[in-house]
Amino acid sequence: MTLHRKLGQHELLRFLTCGSVDDGKSTLIGRLLYDSQLIFEDTLVSLAKDSRKHGTTGDEIDLALLVDGLEAERQQGITIDVAYRFFATPRRSFIVADTPGHEQYTRNMATGASGASLAVILIDARKGVLTQTRRHSYICSLLGIRDIVVAVNKIDLVNFSEDTFDRIVGDYVTFASELGFRSVVPVPISARFGDNVTQRSGNMPWYHGPTLLEHLETVDVTQDLAGKPFRFPVQWVNRPNLDFRGFAGTIAAGRIAPGDQVVVAASGKTSRIARIVTADGDLPSAEAGQAVTLTLEDEVDVARGDILVRPAERPPVADQFAAHLLWMDEEAMLPGRGYLMRIGNIWTPCSVTSIRHRVDVNTLEEHAARRLALNEIGFCNFSAGQAIPLDPYEESRATGAFILVDRFTNRTAGAGMVAYPLRRASNIHHEHFSVDKTARAALVGNTPMVLWFTGLSGSGKSTIANIVEQALHRAGRPTYSLDGDNIRHGLCRDLGFTAEDRVENIRRVGEVAKLFVDAGMIVLCSFISPFQAERRMVRDLLGPGEFVEIFVDTPIEACIQRDPKGLYARAQAGQIKNFTGIDSPYEAPEHPELHIRTAGRSPEECSAEVLDRLRAAGIAC
Amino acid sequence: MSSHTGTATLTPHLARLEAESIAIIREVAASFRKPVMLYSIGKDSGVMLHLALKAFAPGKPPFPLLHVDTTWKFREMIAFRDMMAEKVGMELLVHTNPDGIARGIGPIASGSALHTQVMKTEGLKQALDKWGFDAAFGGARRDEEKSRAKERIFSFRGPGHSWDPRGQRPELWNLFNTRIREGESIRVFPLSNWTEYDVWDYVLAEDIPVVPLYFAKERPVVKRSGTWIMVDDERLPLEPGERPQMRMVRFRTLGCYPLSGAVESTAATLPEIIAEMRVARTSERQGRLIDTDEEASMEKKKREGYF
Repeated sequence: MTLHRKLGQHELLRFLTCGSVDDGKSTLIGRLLYDSQLIFEDTLVSLAKDSRKHGTTGDEIDLALLVDGLEAERQQGITIDVAYRFFATPRRSFIVADTPGHEQYTRNMATGASGASLAVILIDARKGVLTQTRRHSYICSLLGIRDIVVAVNKIDLVNFSEDTFDRIVGDYVTFASELGFRSVVPVPISARFGDNVTQRSGNMPWYHGPTLLEHLETVDVTQDLAGKPFRFPVQWVNRPNLDFRGFAGTIAAGRIAPGDQVVVAASGKTSRIARIVTADGDLPSAEAGQAVTLTLEDEVDVARGDILVRPAERPPVADQFAAHLLWMDEEAMLPGRGYLMRIGNIWTPCSVTSIRHRVDVNTLEEHAARRLALNEIGFCNFSAGQAIPLDPYEESRATGAFILVDRFTNRTAGAGMVAYPLRRASNIHHEHFSVDKTARAALVGNTPMVLWFTGLSGSGKSTIANIVEQALHRAGRPTYSLDGDNIRHGLCRDLGFTAEDRVENIRRVGEVAKLFVDAGMIVLCSFISPFQAERRMVRDLLGPGEFVEIFVDTPIEACIQRDPKGLYARAQAGQIKNFTGIDSPYEAPEHPELHIRTAGRSPEECSAEVLDRLRAAGIAC
Repeated sequence: MSSHTGTATLTPHLARLEAESIAIIREVAASFRKPVMLYSIGKDSGVMLHLALKAFAPGKPPFPLLHVDTTWKFREMIAFRDMMAEKVGMELLVHTNPDGIARGIGPIASGSALHTQVMKTEGLKQALDKWGFDAAFGGARRDEEKSRAKERIFSFRGPGHSWDPRGQRPELWNLFNTRIREGESIRVFPLSNWTEYDVWDYVLAEDIPVVPLYFAKERPVVKRSGTWIMVDDERLPLEPGERPQMRMVRFRTLGCYPLSGAVESTAATLPEIIAEMRVARTSERQGRLIDTDEEASMEKKKREGYF
C-alpha cells in the first residue's frame, strides 16, 4: 500500500507555517512535499528550470520555488500571499497554509491562521526569537490556535549546536507563556537538507524528540465541536414546492435529532426538528460539520441569517459588543465610520464606537489609539445595526467571528473576534412617543428632509443654501440651517480637523439633523464633509428620500482664487494642516441627488436648480 | 461521524470535503442575483454538478449550466454533456465565440495560445456578459497548479473579468465576502480543497458518471511532442508519413482534443484508474499542452479572465 490510497481514511490536519523573512518556510513545505513523494516528474523538470532562473541555492533545486506561485513572488524571492498545499502520509492528510512573514502581509498570515488548528513557527537558528516571531505567535494565539511547533531551522548553519537550540527554545517558552497555548513542541531542523523534517538526523545525537513530520502525524488537535452547544446558522431556505420548507445549512456545533426542541436565537420562537433531510435520505441524527436541511414541526418564521439553538443553550443577543479587531485595509479604520459586518449569515451595518486600546503586536503592550491602520490590532467596542446572537470567539467561531467590509470598495477591511456582549445593549430601549414625525410635519404642512450641501471650502455651499432657505421661508416652510459656524463654535468645539475628528463632527451633525427632521423641519446642512463614508452614514440615519445630497462642484482653482476667508493662502503657506483639497482629500459624490456646477454661474442661478428640484418633488416654494 | 445512512460509503475525509463544498454552493445561491455553473464535462465538473444536486435536494439547483464550446472538444465529450444535462434536468447554455469562428481560430491553425485566448477565455467572458451572470462556479482545485494554490474560494473579478492576484480579498474562516458592484463578478471554486485523488475516490464512492475517455480503450492516436494525440476527426492534419495507430490509451484530463495528451494505460475501470494513480509519477496537467507555453502562463491567462 503506497501513501496515496490511505489518503482520506484518516483525519485531516490543517496547519500553517509562519516565521520571518528568509526563515525558510517555503523551503520547509517544499521539503515536506518532496519527501512525501508528492512532487511529480514534470513538476521537477519545471522546478529545475525555475531554480536556474530564480533560485538561491546554486545548482541545487530550490524547493521554495515549489510553493511561491505568483510571478512577483518568484522574482522577489518572498512569499506575498497565503498558498494552500496538500500532502498525505499513511497516517494523516494535511492542508498547509504557507503564509508570508513580512509585517505588511500580516493580514494574509491571519487568513491562513483562521482555518488552521496548529502552527509551525520557524525560527532561524542564527537569529533566534525575533520581533516577527513574537508577532506571529500573538496572531496565532488571537486567532485561537492552541498547538504550536517551534521549528528551529538552519540548525546546520550553527554546527547543529544543542546550546543554541536550548537557548532559543528557552527564550520562546518564556515569551509565549502568556499566550495560552496548550502545547509548544520544539524541533531542530534543516529544511534545506532535510534533517529532522521527515528523516531523523544523524547530525544531532543529542535530540531525542520526534521529527517534525512524526509530530504532525500524531499530535492531538481534536476539538470536540459535536459536544458543544448546538448552533445551526440558516444559510438558505429551501422551498422547491408548496409542500416542502426546509432550512439548509452546516451544523456549526453540537448535534441534533428529529424531535429535539429548537429555538430561533434572535426571535425566541420555538419548534421541534421534524426531519433531517439530505440527498441520500433522512438522517436519524446529525452533528457539527454536516451540511443538512432541517424541517420543523411548526410554521415558524425562519430566514437566512437566523440561528437555531436549543432552548437551554441560547446565546446572548445584543447590538453592542466588545471584540478584537485586526485591520486589513489600506484605508485606516476610524471610530464612528460605517462598515458592513458579516457574522454567520447576517450582513448588517456596523461601526466601532470606541477603541479601548491598540495592541502593539511586537511587544504585546496596550496603547491608546484613535484609529487602526493596516495590520494593526485593537480591542474595540462595536455597535451593530441589529441585535445579533453572539458567543465569545473562543467558544464558537460560527457566532463569534466576523468580518468588516468597506461600504464603497467592498474590500474585506477587518477581521473581528467577539469577546463579550455589552450590557448597555440590552438595557437601553427607545422611548416611543405618541406624537411622531408625521404628526409634527402635518401640523405645519411640511415635508421634513435634509438638504446636504457638500463641496470644497469656498465652493459656495453656504451662499447657495442661504438663498434656498430664504425662498423656503417665504413659502412658509419651517427650516433650520446647520453649518460649520454654528456647530464648530458649540456642539463640536472640542473637535479639530484630523480625519478622526471630521468623522465625529459629521456624525454629530447627522444626529442633530435627524432630530430636526423628526421635529418636522427642512434642514440645510453646509459642510465640506469630504468623505463618502460619512455622507453615507448620515443618509442611513434618515428615512428613504429624506436625504438630498447636493454636490456644489467648484474647481479648486476657482476656490483658491475666491478664498473668501483667506484660508487657502494660509494652507498653502503651511499654516493650516489637514486642509481639504490641499493636504487632505475630497471624495466627490458618485451619485448625488443634485450636481451643481458653479463655474460661470451666479449663486442665484445655482440655488434655482435646488428649488426646481424641490418643486419637482412636490414642495411648493 | 456516526449517523450517515446514504453516505455511509464516504470516508470522514470525503464527507468533510463534501460538506464544505455543499456549503459553498448554497452560499452562492443565497447571495447572488444570477449565478451559473461552468460545466466543462470533465471529472471535476462532474463532481461539482453532483455536489450541486445534493446541495439543493429535494429541489433542483437554482442556476443553469454553461459550456463554452471551442468546437474542438472530443465528440464523446459533447455526447456525454447532452446526456448529462438531460439526465439532471437542468438548463444547459452553450456558447461559442462567433468572432473566433469567423476568424478561423483553432488549435492547429492558430496555435494553442491564441486558440485558448480567443475560444476559451474570450468565449467565456462573452458568455458571462451575454447572460449577465454575477457569479460563476468553476471546478478548479488548488492542488492543480501553483497560481491556483493562491486563489480564494470566492475570487473577485473586476470590470472586464480581470483578476488581480496581488489585490485579493482576505478570506477568513468561512465568512465569504460576496459583495460586488455593477459590472463586477465572483468566480467560485467549491473544489478548492480537493486533490485529484479525492475526486476519483468520490467518483467511485458516489458512482458519478464520467466521460468514457477516462477509461483505457483502443483509440486511434499519433505521437506528438512526446505524448499521444487522438485523431478524433478528420480535422487533425497528419504529417508526411504519419499514420494513426491503435493504442490502449486513456486521458487523465480532458480539453480540446488536439491539446489533450493521452497516456498508455490498461485501466478500464474506476478501481484500476485509482490503482494506476498510486504509482503515477507525472501530474495530471502534464498532458495539457496549454500550460507549458511559458513560465507562469496559468497566472497570466487567469489575469486575463481564464478560469
